[in-house]
Amino acid sequence: MELIKLTIDNRTVEVEKGTTIFHAAKKLDIEIPTLCYMNLADLNIEHKPGGCRVCVVEVEGRRNLAPSCATVCNEGMMVKTNSMRVLNSRRTVLELILSDHPFDCLICAKSGNCDLQTMAIKMGVRSIPYQGEKSTYKPDFSPAIIREMDKCIMCRRCETMCNDFQTVGVLSGINRGFEAVVAPAFERDLDHSECTYCGQCVAVCPTGALTEVDHTPQVIRALADPTKTVVVQTAPAVRAALGEEFGLEPGTLVTGKLVAALRRIGFDYVFDTDFAADLTIMEEGTELLDRLGRFLGGDKTVKLPMLTSCCPGWVNFFEYNFPDMLDIPSTARSPQQMFGSIAKSYFADKIKVNRKEMVVVSIMPCVAKKFEASREEFKVDGNPDVDFSISTRELAALIKGANIDFNSLPDEDFDKPLGESTGAAVIFGTTGGVIEAAVRTAYELHTKKTLDKVDFKQLRGLEGIRAASVDFDGIEIKIGIAHGLGNARKLLDDVKAGRSEFHAIEIMACPGGCIGGGGQPLHHGNSAVLTARQKAIYSEDEMKTLRKSHENPYIIKLYEEFLGKPMSEKAHHLLHTHYFAKKTRHIDID
Amino acid sequence: MTSVKLKLKNNDVQRIQEICKSFNNEPGELINVLHKTQEFFGYLPAEVQEEVAEGLRISVAKVYGVVTFYSFFTMLPKGRYPISVCTGTACYVRGAEKVLDEFKRILKVAVGETTPDGKFSITCLRCVGACGLAPVVMVGDKTYGRVTTDGVKDILKEYENE
Repeated sequence: MELIKLTIDNRTVEVEKGTTIFHAAKKLDIEIPTLCYMNLADLNIEHKPGGCRVCVVEVEGRRNLAPSCATVCNEGMMVKTNSMRVLNSRRTVLELILSDHPFDCLICAKSGNCDLQTMAIKMGVRSIPYQGEKSTYKPDFSPAIIREMDKCIMCRRCETMCNDFQTVGVLSGINRGFEAVVAPAFERDLDHSECTYCGQCVAVCPTGALTEVDHTPQVIRALADPTKTVVVQTAPAVRAALGEEFGLEPGTLVTGKLVAALRRIGFDYVFDTDFAADLTIMEEGTELLDRLGRFLGGDKTVKLPMLTSCCPGWVNFFEYNFPDMLDIPSTARSPQQMFGSIAKSYFADKIKVNRKEMVVVSIMPCVAKKFEASREEFKVDGNPDVDFSISTRELAALIKGANIDFNSLPDEDFDKPLGESTGAAVIFGTTGGVIEAAVRTAYELHTKKTLDKVDFKQLRGLEGIRAASVDFDGIEIKIGIAHGLGNARKLLDDVKAGRSEFHAIEIMACPGGCIGGGGQPLHHGNSAVLTARQKAIYSEDEMKTLRKSHENPYIIKLYEEFLGKPMSEKAHHLLHTHYFAKKTRHIDID
Repeated sequence: MTSVKLKLKNNDVQRIQEICKSFNNEPGELINVLHKTQEFFGYLPAEVQEEVAEGLRISVAKVYGVVTFYSFFTMLPKGRYPISVCTGTACYVRGAEKVLDEFKRILKVAVGETTPDGKFSITCLRCVGACGLAPVVMVGDKTYGRVTTDGVKDILKEYENE
């Protein structure tokens, strides 16, 4: 490893050869501002188009200013990050960007959380000396994501996530110069593209160009309607991230405060998607054992590996990209949908409420869940099992709008019966969690032995693709795990080519799993936030007395009173689904 | 970008795949593939771009991005007699815009479009290296110099019976 010495703002620093000025400055705690550069180090995602020119610095002996994110350090280099020339240039660049940006910050969904706004504040911009035409594009309202490209600053982070990381390939820079914009092919709406609604474009957008569809007004209306019974469910990853919206450190668990806040907002029943995650394990775990049993018994018609199906972005992805392999994923619905289905049948019967008078709201770390909730197959006579799905960010806005001082709330418990859950359900929120939860239950159901050590460390981590095997009392079960759709594609290509040895594969569309979901508080390019959330998820699991889904007493009761047994006819009807081959080509459209 | 649809026939699809194959289906050869494809079809409608994307195993959004970036590529079929009006600096200051407006007025189409009978299309180009003849107009390979607004109808007249 060769080291290089250089001077930045009159201070000497030693860095590895190949380091950029941007990172060398960071070593001296000099934060060079940027609008396009993004480095999610824990996920190996680096985006450095050198496009925004905000990070320019002065290098002695060099004629023009250098973009620090794309300029490599040289021995003896003399760099100034805050000279008059740099500051003037940086300000001019920012003013030019602002001159082609709408000034509707007061009503923008990103206001207060926008990197461009933050930078304008930091640089104290008080006027825009440049006046001219502003670029305008038609806004695009899909079921989950809104594109308002007037607000785009062409950082192209969304393109990196959509193409390189997710390999969805919907977004691309098109046209040139003033007309340039990031858009789907032929400038179609997202709704007419192969968009999976994973929301990773939204998660990295520095401005209000990409946001989620806001469903909080509908939720408020339902809460105000005395004829409606409003039931809320909250996903595991939400409790590990919501605190960030209230100034708490990333990785702070706020489960109890979350419950208290939902109760104060006025939900009639505060339940937990974790209950449905336990239910998912009962169904999916049983399905896995069934497929494995038949496979080991010599049945050649059995499809293996079995793929998890909890992640709606992933479901959309395989419906578009692997339409000939729709019989491989588990038929189990996602926890969000299982919850909705049970709430509007079993629970509605219990409290004697007609499903039409019940409104199920879900709090999700996700934007694809909005789309999932709207799928036709999850409706009964036009009435959706889940009426509204709102993101962690939307919930934070709802709490703030309701005059609730989140940080001073007491810890409260979920309501019964759909609020009880085990540690196995909590870890659904992170990559590797669903399959670990499935293993805990499948092992005991298969071997009829008690699992003493429930932690399967070999399934954990943040590597994009992981492989592990678990000993099922003499039978070696091979497990694959992928997070990020690009990684998922690699595993699926192997399956398609007959190269895969796995019995089961867990896939989550977002980096880190749901903890890095498109609906979570913005990480602003800091991937350490995701590792902190992952830690929080595992610590909640450890704190639970019950850590195996099949030990959840209310799940046992649900089967006794209502469903019979896993994979029963009733369970199939209420908890399983089927998939659709979706066209990726649009020759006949429009 | 405005576009005109094209119903691809089987041998059209085959032709595109042959072109892709001649460049080893290499994604990095996208621009070359588009050149050859446009040479064959005369333009690059959405249907052709989707086929190219499939051939090179890249997203169609990427293909569309490149097609819209380079002014050489077009999603509209050119006329049998493509009219190019030079709007480079020299031609511009000597009245190229008025000449262009006259073509647009007479043919009733905008820049980048083709007349409904498929005969003429209008595009702008930047400098053909004949600034001494400014303003310059090209129809196909034929060059016209010192064009005036009155001269426009005379140029069009030359193609009246073709």
